[in-house]
Amino acid sequence: MMQNNAVALTPLIFLFAGIVIPLVAIKIRRLAYPVALLASLSAAAVSVYNLAAVLKAGTINYFFGGWLPPIGIEYVLDPLSAFMITVINNIAFIVLIHSGKIVEKEIPKHRIVPYYALVMLFLTGCNGIVMTGDLFNLYVFLEISSLSLYGIIAVGEKKAPVAAFRYLIMGTLGGGFYLLGVGFLYIFTGSLNMADVAGILSSLGAQPVVIVALSLMVLGLGIKMAIFPLHSWLPDAYTYAPSASSSIMAPIGVKIGAYGILRILFFVFGLKFVTQVFPITQVIAWLSAAAIIYGSIMAMAQDEMKRMLAYSSISQIGYIGLGIGLANPFGIIGAVLHVLNHGLMKACLFLVAGNFRIKLGHSKISEFDDTLRKKMPWTTTAFVVGALAMIGIPPTVGFFSKWYLALGTIQNKSWHFLAVILVSSLLNAVYFFRVIEKIFFKPLAERKKAQEDSPPGRMEVALSMLVPTLVFAAAILAFGLLNTILVKGILYKVLPPGLL
Amino acid sequence: MQEIYSSTVPLLAVMVSLAAVPLIILSSRKPNLREFWTIAASVAKFGLVLSLLPGALQGRVASIRLFEIVPNVQLALKADAFGVFFALVASCLWIFTSFYSIGYVRGLDEHKQTRYFSYFAVCLSATIGIAFSANLVTFILFYEILTIATYPLIIHKETKVAIHAGRKYLAYTLTAGVFLIAAAAWTFQLNGNLDFVSGGLFQGHTLTAGTIVPLFFLFLIGVGVKASIMPLHSWLPTAMAAPTPVSALLHAVAVVKSGVFGVVRVVAFVFGPVLMRQFGLNIILMVFAGFTILVGSLLALKQDNLKRRLAYSTIAHLSYIVLGAGLVGSTALIGGMLHIAFHATMKITLFFCAGAIYVNLNRENISDLNGIGKVMPWTMGAFAVGSIGLSGIPPVNGFISKWYLGAGAIESGYVIFLVVLVLSGILNAAYFFPIVHRAFFRRGQGLKDHHEASPFLVVPLVLTAVLSVAFGIYPDLFFKFFKLTSRVAAGIFGGVL
Repeated sequence: MMQNNAVALTPLIFLFAGIVIPLVAIKIRRLAYPVALLASLSAAAVSVYNLAAVLKAGTINYFFGGWLPPIGIEYVLDPLSAFMITVINNIAFIVLIHSGKIVEKEIPKHRIVPYYALVMLFLTGCNGIVMTGDLFNLYVFLEISSLSLYGIIAVGEKKAPVAAFRYLIMGTLGGGFYLLGVGFLYIFTGSLNMADVAGILSSLGAQPVVIVALSLMVLGLGIKMAIFPLHSWLPDAYTYAPSASSSIMAPIGVKIGAYGILRILFFVFGLKFVTQVFPITQVIAWLSAAAIIYGSIMAMAQDEMKRMLAYSSISQIGYIGLGIGLANPFGIIGAVLHVLNHGLMKACLFLVAGNFRIKLGHSKISEFDDTLRKKMPWTTTAFVVGALAMIGIPPTVGFFSKWYLALGTIQNKSWHFLAVILVSSLLNAVYFFRVIEKIFFKPLAERKKAQEDSPPGRMEVALSMLVPTLVFAAAILAFGLLNTILVKGILYKVLPPGLL
Repeated sequence: MQEIYSSTVPLLAVMVSLAAVPLIILSSRKPNLREFWTIAASVAKFGLVLSLLPGALQGRVASIRLFEIVPNVQLALKADAFGVFFALVASCLWIFTSFYSIGYVRGLDEHKQTRYFSYFAVCLSATIGIAFSANLVTFILFYEILTIATYPLIIHKETKVAIHAGRKYLAYTLTAGVFLIAAAAWTFQLNGNLDFVSGGLFQGHTLTAGTIVPLFFLFLIGVGVKASIMPLHSWLPTAMAAPTPVSALLHAVAVVKSGVFGVVRVVAFVFGPVLMRQFGLNIILMVFAGFTILVGSLLALKQDNLKRRLAYSTIAHLSYIVLGAGLVGSTALIGGMLHIAFHATMKITLFFCAGAIYVNLNRENISDLNGIGKVMPWTMGAFAVGSIGLSGIPPVNGFISKWYLGAGAIESGYVIFLVVLVLSGILNAAYFFPIVHRAFFRRGQGLKDHHEASPFLVVPLVLTAVLSVAFGIYPDLFFKFFKLTSRVAAGIFGGVL
């Protein structure tokens, strides 16, 4: 049987780059960045190609070494995983373009090479998690991505190693819980292949072992996803990691956990099991609702922009979790679409924070003033676009996430969750307009004095940083206007069995 | 009855002022060129809207479907009679405001004039977009854009007061926005179709009171904030921190009228007369409107700041229109819709006057206005015309709309609201005539060496005053407002076209 090898290519490209970078860069340090860029570009291209292939021909199964499951490891590229991979790799590529300059500034010279190698390994892990059709293999990739993330975080500010250590502990616990769950499931079903396990489980019903396995796996992945109240590692990690690191993990990192939960709930255990037999989706929905409100309120209290964005991420992850928890078509579509939408918004905003850091040396909101608008007109414009998207003003992507999720809550008659979604966009408005006010306006008297002190000159960031920022800002508007094409073309096909 | 044809004119009418924005920004160092773009865009916009008028009068509806914005809902514009009516009012008055703005910002040497003119243009695009929205999602799109684009104009002065006003404005309007989104999403789940339909879009569905009443409240809060129905009104007086032309166009025409336009759309094109009466929604609406009319007028009485008095007067008059919708009858609705146009010409005159007084004499309190009629006769003359009109005295146009509202109240059998209207007329006279009296019949101080304000300010306000009188004598003048609104009402309540 001939296999289309392009399917397995994306994780391998990153894995290969992760090995090559230290080798070639031993002599010539400058090579690390171009190799990483090239790898992510090719992975992005391959993922787009794969997505097109999947949409045309349907799900592609790839058997490693030709070994058929349940013995061999299987990669499954269905519309859901193909979409996720495309989102991850393209966002990663654009963020990496931006990373070039800021990595050189924020990360010590001798650590740049390992940094890029780790980023490649992190992306290997992300790609693997999404593509694998094997429960244990997912664990392996989960650990690859986590271990590399510890390094990526720890290389940052003074407090970063502590933040990384916290994440290490939490992440290891998460991995452990997940593995334990897989173990239970393996003992019970004798298989690790997701499709195989799903088939066996569907004939078994509600056994205590299965329920425990499900709970442990969701708990483990929930830590990775930073779902409230398992989020405590996230704010420090995002804040103290170097700007380049937070820009790459914020749009991608936690989504992987969300994807894992979505995959395991609906494709392994099945819709009926997780909503009726053991309604864990209810728990997820309630926790997510709490996350949405908690994250937004905490974000209001932050002075450091990166920390504010970190809490905002906790809240936005709640949107994804809520969509999953609703367990109806609009909810799932909203959740998966929000993976893309939030990826674009957070990437845009973290790049803006990076731009501020590289030019101002800080990203403290209380020290922003209206000269910023003059100094960095494009960066501040991108910030406004990102902020409006977070608030959910049409035609940005944020509005459409809200629309599908609102439809999902109404379909379930969950009015309380509808209220949560809507209240949260108002809370977002509070903490984003706080910053917008700082950047754009200032009482007249104060301004005149400040201008006499130092007339603002243009100091916009270099093009290699500005263009990625603006690309994300433009994408926020474009994907908003054109969301129907995505939803009808791709997301209708990601719906799990039982919801189509 | 209606013939729908495909046309790009509605889209062009929306886009033309948006297209002017980059030009305005690029010519920021050449003020005359920059202002030329504003004027050119306003005239072009007005021309485009006007070209839709003959078709709208004959029941030919220009429409354009762009693409699917969310599954099963198109981003679509439709220039039906009601849309054309509102777009005409907004785009016509934008021309006056543009000239007036030039006089105002230059007279005060305002800062950030480029930002001011840019966002003004964006606001007008959004307003015309609201007028021509063919369905709820398109409506929400432009409604939210209007919210955001108005914000930089409200905080224009960037004083503490202005920034506070901006916060309050956003808090109110963004909250309204999420209510509207919830309402639209719910409607979509019930109906699967969000296109505005004359007479209501739930036709053919059986719905229970448990659904309809909460849904109506969601809609009412969604559009009621911009329509400043009490108790959702308090952003409006605060927003008077904005420069006067902003208050004039946005808070007498574009923003608040988008709100009442939305109320009429919701009442007549989403719920429809049958549901309104069946579930007593009309009573809910009328009670809120009647309350707002009386309390708004009473609060206007005690304001000393001229713009704040005008703001409370606006709140009361907006509810005339809400009442027109709430009475659910052909005559009342015609009266309400006419009041959208007529209140706009009168109130914009008054705001222009307030701005001219501020630029010329730097006075904004009513108690300081003694004797200014002698130095600013044209301005205060126009002010007198507006005051007479808002009190509902012929021959100014306010009389016409009020007459229809009153007749509509009797027709619908709610005579009590005729009493409300009469009372409100008396209150209007009570809070406007003393100003006119002070200006012309009391001796003022410190007015030596002062003259009439600059022609940029005075000509627009005299013209809007003249328009108010002209519409009062002949309502079908120029724009056939009466024919247009009759057609809208006929489409909703049935009857001969």
